[in-house]
Amino acid sequence: MSLPVLNGLDVVWVYLAASPLLWLTLTLAAYVLADQVAVLCGRHPLANPVLLAVAMMVALLMVTGTSYGTYFEGAQFVHFLLGPATVALAVPLWHNRRDVARALLPLLAALLAGAVTAVVSAVGIAWAFGAPPSVLASIAPKSVTAAIAMGVAKELGGDPALAATLVIITGIVGSMMAGPVLAGLGVHDRAARGFAMGLAAHGMGTARAFQIDPMAGTFAGIAMGLNGMLTAAIVPVVLRLFGL
Amino acid sequence: MLGAWVLLLGCQLAGEAVARLIALPVPGPVLGMALLFGLLALRGAVSPVAPTVEHTALGTLAVGLLANLSLLFVPAGTGVIQQGPVLLHNGFGLLVALVVSTALTLAVTGGVFAVVARWVWR
Repeated sequence: MSLPVLNGLDVVWVYLAASPLLWLTLTLAAYVLADQVAVLCGRHPLANPVLLAVAMMVALLMVTGTSYGTYFEGAQFVHFLLGPATVALAVPLWHNRRDVARALLPLLAALLAGAVTAVVSAVGIAWAFGAPPSVLASIAPKSVTAAIAMGVAKELGGDPALAATLVIITGIVGSMMAGPVLAGLGVHDRAARGFAMGLAAHGMGTARAFQIDPMAGTFAGIAMGLNGMLTAAIVPVVLRLFGL
Repeated sequence: MLGAWVLLLGCQLAGEAVARLIALPVPGPVLGMALLFGLLALRGAVSPVAPTVEHTALGTLAVGLLANLSLLFVPAGTGVIQQGPVLLHNGFGLLVALVVSTALTLAVTGGVFAVVARWVWR
């Protein structure tokens, strides 16, 4: 006995699963749901909306047996907006330009100290755990925005796809830890907090900083841009120090 | 609204073109941000009485995009699904490295910023 309705559903699924519309819609829906959960948890750092949404999408792809390539055909429309959003950082930067100019010296000191710490500690710890050279080259730029990290990793014999994944995990981990770590140190200044978040956790730290306050978000955006350039210069030197 | 989109995408496009031309390790969008900042400075210099940028279509668009910045990382984050083998072999060490290094980086950056600021602004 055949079930025409189920057969019909099958046809619908085969059509939808291959179209960008389904995965675009599900990506947005997963994030809306994840953000609702985060709000219900009072925006607790552990209820990270990106982590929740990614977990939902990974589970969905595995259950339905969908490849990442098929998924990305739909999700690319969301991914694409990262570029214009980065350009848009100029707006809060312009709005807060006087505060930024006033903080130039602390900003540059923190940039140098933070960029070196980020690369040396990541490579050092992974090296101590016996990670192979290609993995070390992929983790070295973990604190900078994915576009730069992938380029740096590729240049130095790492794997760009792994580098992108490590960048995203760093972003999630950094967004979750920023509040407790900085409060524990007694760093309450909005500019200092935002700068640390953007430097350690690139765009995701910047997103988190904008949830706190526009001033924190502005300094996070600056940190993200400057650290991207500095890290690209530091990583080859650090890898050479580790004999790679 | 459309004009604001053209402005954002135009700056990004110009940034991408310049990044390719001079082979800098800087992504196009970051150069695009610098370009848009320059345009805003020019606008401020040319017409000081113009409404502040927050009250323009560009301001509305920028605030809207940045308020939902987290969403834009979901597609790339889902890419973790492709990294099964590497994470299986090096996963624990990599996770320790990411967590400890990120905590250290947050602490050093925020700490140095706060200490130098206190010293400069005294």
